[in-house]
Amino acid sequence: MSATDLSVFGRPNDRLRRRRMVNLGVELIAWLAAATGVAILGILVGYVAHQGAGHLNLDLFTKPQVPYATTAVSNGLANAFVGSLVIVGISTAMALPFGILVAIYVTEFAPPPIKGPVNLVLDVLAGIPAIVVGIFVYGLIEVGHGQSALAGSFALAVIMLPFVARSTTEILTLVPTSMREAGLGLGAPRWRTTLGVVLPHATGGIVTGAVLAVARVAGETAPLLILTSIGVSQSVAWNPLHALQTVPVTILQLSESPLPSDHSLAWAGAFVLIVFILALSLTARYFAARSKRKLAGSR
Amino acid sequence: MTESSSIGAAVRVETKRQPLPPKERLETVFEIRDLDALYGKKAALKGVSFEVYKNLVTAIIGPSGCGKSTFIRCLNRMNDLVPSFRQEGTIRYHGQDIYGRDVDPVAVRRTIGMVFQRPNPFPKSIYDNVAWGLKVLGMKDGLKDRVEKALTQAALWDEVKDRLKSNAMGLSGGQQQRLCIARAIAVEPDVVLMDEPASALDPIATQKIEELMHNLKSEYTFVIVTHNMQQAARVADTTAFFSISTGDEGHRYGELIEYDATEKIFTDPSDKRTEDYVTGRFG
Repeated sequence: MSATDLSVFGRPNDRLRRRRMVNLGVELIAWLAAATGVAILGILVGYVAHQGAGHLNLDLFTKPQVPYATTAVSNGLANAFVGSLVIVGISTAMALPFGILVAIYVTEFAPPPIKGPVNLVLDVLAGIPAIVVGIFVYGLIEVGHGQSALAGSFALAVIMLPFVARSTTEILTLVPTSMREAGLGLGAPRWRTTLGVVLPHATGGIVTGAVLAVARVAGETAPLLILTSIGVSQSVAWNPLHALQTVPVTILQLSESPLPSDHSLAWAGAFVLIVFILALSLTARYFAARSKRKLAGSR
Repeated sequence: MTESSSIGAAVRVETKRQPLPPKERLETVFEIRDLDALYGKKAALKGVSFEVYKNLVTAIIGPSGCGKSTFIRCLNRMNDLVPSFRQEGTIRYHGQDIYGRDVDPVAVRRTIGMVFQRPNPFPKSIYDNVAWGLKVLGMKDGLKDRVEKALTQAALWDEVKDRLKSNAMGLSGGQQQRLCIARAIAVEPDVVLMDEPASALDPIATQKIEELMHNLKSEYTFVIVTHNMQQAARVADTTAFFSISTGDEGHRYGELIEYDATEKIFTDPSDKRTEDYVTGRFG
């Protein structure tokens, strides 16, 4: 038997040929699906950039929006960017510590019969439509007081909370029991072990979850439309007690404008929003990879 | 040891062990009485009674599943972390019931330290691994010296003194385990429990850990669970042999078969089951 004689494996037959064809077909379909997914993102970003090209300049970030500007020059979205920054910033400041505390309770302190129901409630909360949260906050805070960016922040915080809490819970669950035992075995109380051992072990994952939660709410429109969209300042304003212009709401409003230059501005705003969210996702990946490296003990 | 002892020949190992002092000169650290350990309704251990003495190394040996780890984790209430765990009987530590009503498990663990089967350093620097416990327990005076002393006692100082700031996860397994020992003894416990501390280590790292136990037992009391009978024969002054018994309803649980001076356990055991185990006929 020569070295190239493969008869020991049997001659190729129809069955084998059919299997190969099926395998090839399935592989092709899967490849196409993956390629389509990537292509959709690429086309979307490219198209948005193309449409907004006329406004993708420094003015976009430095000049506030001029209503019904008939020319494209020196018109920007600075007020909307600042408004979104303020609102998302405040909502993160509210939801992040709260969500992490919820997760700490669930993983470190809650007895097993309580864990399940709390997680279930968080999942239900995560599934509540944003518009419902908007109406709820409207009834809770705004009726009788008028619109404010703070109310918008609160609504976004309500939307963020279950995401932060659930992602942090997942991460804390992954912290090995041996870490808790190491802390407790030294005679450290539970809370010190949680703060000094469990949380630092999970920092990377917690940051990743938080960044993704920020990305999740940065483009949220519905509650902001109800809570902070009327009588907004047309100049750059930072006071969260007043209604502030935001990027998603501005995109909506500009898209309804009769002026083509407003449409172009809306596309430019949309492009910045996409890039911001992409950047956040990449940051999240970076933190995840870094903490993985750290725990693996690279020298 | 008499030459006529056929069993002694089976486990003839070098030891630095001194002969055991007479019983009345030994100070009891743990007095364990009728200890049952249960997970849910299932008993893992039944009716364990014996004493652990001060400044000795006590080894717990026995086949897998005989409840060695469960037992040692009862001694510093580490099993409290397991929701379904329950214990009956008493463990007295210098006369005080560690499962007593008003006893704080945190205080118990502070006095009775533990080193685990797998090295579990914190993902912090080598220095911070040892310093963390000291800081938490308020032993901040002379922190640097305390860290150095602990690392020296754990025979690790010379290997890490130039890279105290680097991540402990970068150390080898044996170094990590010695770091865990340093971390445990830095907070100056009275007793150090070791749950198969060398099971994940190579023979050289194992030897280092055995040597440091021998050197430190004048300051601490050690209880060590080990799979390795030679290890028990080398380091332990007293040895408890646990085995698996089958109850009336067919369920298996661990129990203490024999407890005595290590010499006696390995050369002239009173129980047939101990003899079978130490001579390698089972387990």
